[in-house]
Amino acid sequence: MPISLTINGKPTTVDVPPEMPLLWVLRDVLNLKGTKYGCGISQCGACTVHLAGAPVRSCGIPISAASGMSITTIEGLSATGSHPVQKAWEQLDVAQCGYCQAGQIMTAVSLLRNKKNPTDADIDAAMQNICRCGTYNRIRDAIRLAARSAPAGATPARAPGDDLTGEE
Amino acid sequence: MADSLQTDRRSFLQVLAVVGGGVMFGIHARDAEAGELEPGAAPFAPNAFIRITSDNRITLIAKNPEEGQGVKQSLPMIICEELDADWSQITVEQALSDESKYGRQFAGGSLSTPMNYDNHRRLGAAARAMLVAAAAKTWNVPVGELTTVRAQVSHNASGRRATYGQLAATAATMPAPDLATVALKDPRTFRLLGKRVPGVDNRKIVTGKPLFGIDVVVPGMLHAVFEKSPVFGATVVSANLATIRRQPGVKHAFIVDGVGTALDGLMPGVAIVADTWYNAKTAREKLQVKWAEHPTAKQSTEWFAQTAKELSAKPADRVVRKDGDVDAAFAAATKVVEAEYFYPFISHATLEPQNCTAHFKDGKLEIWAPTQMPQPGRELVSRTMGIAPQDITIHLTRIGGGFGRRLKNDYMVEAAWIAREAGAPVKLLWTREDDMRHGHYRPAGFHFLKGAVDASGKIVAWKNRVVVEPYMRLGEFPGRYIANYLLETSTLAHGVPTGALRAPGSNGIAFAIQSFIDELAHAADKDPLQFRLDLLTPAMPPVQGDAFNAERMRGVLELVREKSGWGTRTPAKGHGLGVAFHFSHQGYFAEVVEASVGARGEVKVHRVWVAGDVGSQITNLSGAENQCQGSCIDGVSAALGQEITITDGRAVQGNFDSYPLLRMARAFPVEVHFKITDNPPTGMGEPALPPVIPALCNAIFAATGKRIRSLPIGDQLGYQNS
Repeated sequence: MPISLTINGKPTTVDVPPEMPLLWVLRDVLNLKGTKYGCGISQCGACTVHLAGAPVRSCGIPISAASGMSITTIEGLSATGSHPVQKAWEQLDVAQCGYCQAGQIMTAVSLLRNKKNPTDADIDAAMQNICRCGTYNRIRDAIRLAARSAPAGATPARAPGDDLTGEE
Repeated sequence: MADSLQTDRRSFLQVLAVVGGGVMFGIHARDAEAGELEPGAAPFAPNAFIRITSDNRITLIAKNPEEGQGVKQSLPMIICEELDADWSQITVEQALSDESKYGRQFAGGSLSTPMNYDNHRRLGAAARAMLVAAAAKTWNVPVGELTTVRAQVSHNASGRRATYGQLAATAATMPAPDLATVALKDPRTFRLLGKRVPGVDNRKIVTGKPLFGIDVVVPGMLHAVFEKSPVFGATVVSANLATIRRQPGVKHAFIVDGVGTALDGLMPGVAIVADTWYNAKTAREKLQVKWAEHPTAKQSTEWFAQTAKELSAKPADRVVRKDGDVDAAFAAATKVVEAEYFYPFISHATLEPQNCTAHFKDGKLEIWAPTQMPQPGRELVSRTMGIAPQDITIHLTRIGGGFGRRLKNDYMVEAAWIAREAGAPVKLLWTREDDMRHGHYRPAGFHFLKGAVDASGKIVAWKNRVVVEPYMRLGEFPGRYIANYLLETSTLAHGVPTGALRAPGSNGIAFAIQSFIDELAHAADKDPLQFRLDLLTPAMPPVQGDAFNAERMRGVLELVREKSGWGTRTPAKGHGLGVAFHFSHQGYFAEVVEASVGARGEVKVHRVWVAGDVGSQITNLSGAENQCQGSCIDGVSAALGQEITITDGRAVQGNFDSYPLLRMARAFPVEVHFKITDNPPTGMGEPALPPVIPALCNAIFAATGKRIRSLPIGDQLGYQNS
């Protein structure tokens, strides 16, 4: 069944079973490998993407539920790593294996959209993604750095579903 | 496996010699390799690890698999330092698996640094010497008048300068210096090593570029799932293959009989190959398999505990070490303490589930694998499938977490077998449940301990009976430091696959030993940190198989005492400080945990101080600190809530809902301090982990008076900790 949706700003139609999780459409149909599989039961957050502007676990979203909606993946945040959150992650050398970090970054971007200067409690509440390597200290520091380094309004507080593409 | 990785000083030196030989071979084979690596583009390729093009592009080869331990960064940094290039000028390329070119290639035992630090310096220094010689020849000036910096040779007297790229073609004609005698920098002049340098793949990681095994795409590739018996190793009697073959997208469904054993072979199971992984996995939901009876089905967690207890009352299988007369000492002692310690099976739980892509064509096999051990993988595939090793190419992908799980290559031989059967390139991906229920688990262990102190508070006797799969070694601490000492083991044969998990052996042994030392410190009414310093005095000479140096350990204990404010700072009300140390993988680590237990029994770690001695040089300080912080989070995560239990011969837990990993809200600051000592640099992937678990449990005791003797902590304090 053809399903139309917008991926990283591009109108896209896929012909897949309606129950197929968004994660696997992104990875194996659209070849966007940045979104990762870790658990398949919405526990680990490695598959976090933005659906209509909100962070979701794409392994638990059937593609039919995303029909007509706008999706941003790590590839859509910025292709060159210029987003303030990506820059902070790179600068503070957050990653060890790196496998969870796309999901961590997508969750952090969403947090910073809602709270420009999140408290530790805000970070604890929002950042539910698992990092098996245990890079949480640097993730926390990178969120703070991104919050500081983004001039007011630059970490986009845009309308849900509007987080399209390209350089931010 | 673990024993062979826990290299002692003597075999460590032998290993260095072997690797040095491999590198020499690389030097001699330079012409062929330069052409092979980048045809026509790299006029200067003095060895298998360095290529310099005429436009001054410098490529360094990262030889070992990258699993998050940072070697894709740190090993090329060592070459870069001696080459005298700027890190910003470097491109790092991951090597293929080819031990004839690169020497041994693996990620395990925290051995990348100790096995390669010296020879990587020499590789860089040799290349630099040839570039300097090229400049001297070109300008007709003495070598001694030339200096290098940022990949440029300068002759200050004449003001002449040339980039390495400009000198590359001439450098290639210069005689290669003897690696054994090539001049090395004075480490005090290092420009790069010891600094914090961000990882070479960071940009790709933060932009979601394909890097990992799971991201591999081969044209025409199919996707596979592989169902194995929930009871480890049982064979397939029958399966409803006809039904499976009718499911959407399914191209092949077949039974794999299996070859060899669970620990080192191809396990039996049913393969489903489809156009997408989603279709393969969906078809699997309809799969019905009749498995053969298997003796492991009689085993359970309760059976382990009961059998271990029975074995502890029987004569030991092996006496590892015996000094003095423990029985007489116990009889004469002031205080005797007895305790039973237990740690469970745990899963590596790498966030990237096991996977591998394979393509069998014209009798040859090409493999893309996130493996820590490519060469044993090649040998396993070769003997299982009857393919000559030289006909198997292995590409090393970035690894989404290893922790020792990918020292085994079960997923590799499965993918290779399935791909050959399917006649197409196949990517095999395990589900999380496959991964957790078909692990090579950290072995569970039981320690039956008895210790005694005299009237002065000195430990006079120590007895440790270890049951299950003890990695205990002759030199295991506190052997040699207590006059009456008995270390003995009983082996409990079982059918659960086990393997090396980050700091194998040590990650459980340290918990039992350092917790029990704490019990004896309290029995002696001594400060637990001073008690440990006293125990380590005087230092005993090293024994074969264990280079443990008590002076180095006292150094890190003193350092962590100072940094944590131990004994000089009163912790907040309800907080306790715990200390522990452990020597593993040639690294000396002492750690202090500050923790509290809430009214409901919830454990909170407030801060951890790490003091480490890994020798004279940290390669990449950012990576080293990250490893320490991650090791502490990892250890606490395991201690709080992780356990694989066995029921009817099968692993019960299948995913992160029943096997919790620590998340942000329970994370804690980790302060890292290194003590630089005049010893060879050693690895950072493992040795910071073992002490944090007993330090945590000792902190809980200090805060509450409750002694944790069984892991995980779980609900022992009245609250489900995880």
